[in-house]
Amino acid sequence: MLVYIIRRLMQSALVLLVMSLLVFAGVYAIGNPVDMLISPQADQAEIARLTAALGLDRPLWQQYWAFLRQAAIGDLGQSFAFNVPAIQLIFERMPATLELATVAMLIAIVLGIPLGLWAGLKPDSVAGKTIMTGSILGFSLPTFWVGLMLIMVFSVWLGWLPSGGRGPTIELLGVSVSFLSREGLAHLVMPATTLALFKLSLVIRLTRAGTREALLQDYVKFARAKGLSNARVVGVHVLKNILIPIVTVIGLEFGSVIAFAVVTESVFAWPGMGKLLIESINALDRPVIVAYLCIIVTLFIFINLVVDVVYSLLDPRVRIGEASA
Amino acid sequence: MMPTEQTPFERVVSDFAASRIALFGAALLALILFVAVLAPLIAPQDPYDLAQLDVMDSRLAPGSVAATGKTYWLGTDDQGRDMLSGIFYGLRISIGVGVASTLAALAIGLSLGLAAAYFGGRIDSLIMRIVDIQLAFPSILIALILLALLGQGVGKIVIALVAVQWAYYARTVRAAALAERKKEYIEAATCLALSHARIVFRHLLPNCLPPLIVVATVQVAAAITLEATLSFLGLGLPITEPSLGLLISNGFTYLLSGKYWISVFPGVALLATIVSINLIADRLRDVLNPRLQQ
Repeated sequence: MLVYIIRRLMQSALVLLVMSLLVFAGVYAIGNPVDMLISPQADQAEIARLTAALGLDRPLWQQYWAFLRQAAIGDLGQSFAFNVPAIQLIFERMPATLELATVAMLIAIVLGIPLGLWAGLKPDSVAGKTIMTGSILGFSLPTFWVGLMLIMVFSVWLGWLPSGGRGPTIELLGVSVSFLSREGLAHLVMPATTLALFKLSLVIRLTRAGTREALLQDYVKFARAKGLSNARVVGVHVLKNILIPIVTVIGLEFGSVIAFAVVTESVFAWPGMGKLLIESINALDRPVIVAYLCIIVTLFIFINLVVDVVYSLLDPRVRIGEASA
Repeated sequence: MMPTEQTPFERVVSDFAASRIALFGAALLALILFVAVLAPLIAPQDPYDLAQLDVMDSRLAPGSVAATGKTYWLGTDDQGRDMLSGIFYGLRISIGVGVASTLAALAIGLSLGLAAAYFGGRIDSLIMRIVDIQLAFPSILIALILLALLGQGVGKIVIALVAVQWAYYARTVRAAALAERKKEYIEAATCLALSHARIVFRHLLPNCLPPLIVVATVQVAAAITLEATLSFLGLGLPITEPSLGLLISNGFTYLLSGKYWISVFPGVALLATIVSINLIADRLRDVLNPRLQQ
C-alpha cells in the first residue's frame, strides 16, 4: 500500500511537471501583458523598463526555470493585474469555490440517492419514468442557461433571491463561509442548485442502475427469503452494496464540479477562483492563469489518489498494490 | 427467425422507430436542421445586414410590430435585430461548429484508436496513456486552457472542441477493435494475406461502428453545449459569428431588467437541439447494443 502510494505520488509529480511546462509555454504565447498594464502614451524606455521588471525580456527557458524554482517554494509569481502573489489571490478565492462545490455535491447526493433508489425499485412506474426523463433533461440542460432561467424566475419575476454575489460571510475556523447566515444561504441556493443539476442526474442514474442490478442478486433474494422487511432489504442490503461505485464516482466528480464552477460563478458573479480564472484570461494575467492551472491539476491528482485509496478500504476485494504492478 | 429477412439497416430503423419519444426527437432534429440549413432563405431578416436593422426597433417585446409593418414574433435584441432570424442563423453556426468538430475529432480518434488496437505494444500504451490523462480532466477545463492560449475565432474553437473530444473516440474504437480483432473473420482475412490497410478499413472498422455511432451522437450534443458555454463566457466565437451561446450571453444584461426574450428564446432553441440529439442517442444506444438483441 505504501509502495503504491509512493509510486502514485511520483507519477503525479511527473504529470504536474509536464503540465506546468505545457501551460507555461502555452500561456507565454498569448499576447503581451505589458500592453495591458501600461498606458498607451508610455514611451519605449518605460515599456522596456517594465518588461525587464516583470522578467519578460529573458529567454523562455530561463523564465520557466525561474518559475519552477519559485514554485518549489510555493511562489507561483506575482499577479500582473493585482500586484500580489498569484497563489495568495487564488487561495483567497478558493473557500468560496469549495463551499459552492461542496453544497452542490451534497444536494446531488441527498436528492440523487433516494430518487435513484425509487427509480430502480419501480422502473416501470410513472414516478420512475418521470425521474429518468428528468435525469436526461439534467444531462441536456446547459449549466449556464439553467442559471439564467433561475435568475429570471426567482430574482427578476418573483424577487425572492438575489441574482448574484456571495452576500455576507461569517468566519468559521478562520474561513469565511456563506451558509451560516440567512442572507448567505439565499445567495448560495441558486448557484449551488445550478451546479448540482448535472451531478444529480449522474447520481440518479448510477443509483438506479446499481439498484436494478442488486435486486437480481442472490443475497437480496436470500434476505427476502429470510423474511426481512422491504425497508431493511433496500436500506441495508441493497444500499450498502451499491454505495461503493457511487462513492467512487462522487469522489472523482468533485474535481469536475470545481472546474464547472467556472461557469456557475460567472453567471452568478460568485467570487470564487473560477471567476478569477475567466477575469485573468481576459486580462492576460499570466501568473494567475498558470497558478490556477497548477493548483487545480494538483487538486485533481490528489482527489484521484484519495479516491483510489478509499475505494480499496471500502471494497476488500480491491487490492491496489497488486493491481498497479 | 423472423418471418421476413431484414437487412441490418432496416432492423435498426424499425427498432428505432418503435420508440415514440425517439421518433419525436428525430422529427424535432429534422425541423431544426431544416431551419439551420435554409436560414438565409426562410429567415424574415438578414440579421447581419446593417441596412436592414433599425436602432429604433431595439429591445422590442415579442409580437411587436415595427414601423415598416413587420412583426417581430420573438422580439428584437439591443441592436434591433429580429430574434427569430438571429436564432435561425445562430443555429446554423452552433450546429455547424458542433458537427465539424465532431467529424474532425472522429477522424483523429478513430485513426489513433484503431492504430492502438491493431498494432498494440508501445504504440498502444503511449496513445492510451495520453487518453487516460486527458480524460481525467473535465472537458471544460481543457477547452478553457486551450482557448486561453489560442485566442478567439471559429477555427480556434473547433481546434479546442476537437482536442477535447478525440480521446473519447480513441477509447471507444480501441475497445471495440480489441474485441473484434480476436474474432475468426479477422483471422480468416489475415490468412488470405490481405494487406494491413484492407483488414483494418474493410473488415475491422465496419464492425466497430455501432458503439462509435452512439458516442458520436452524444458528442455532437456535448460539443454544441460546450461551444455555447464557452461563447457565453466570452471565450468562444467572436461577435461577427454569433452562435446561440453568444446570443444568450448578449441578453444576460437585459434579463435582469425583465427583457427576458433576448436570452430565453435562443436558450430554448439550444435546448431543443441538445435534447433532440440526446433522445436519438439514447434510443440508438439500445438499438445498436448487441446484448439487447434477441
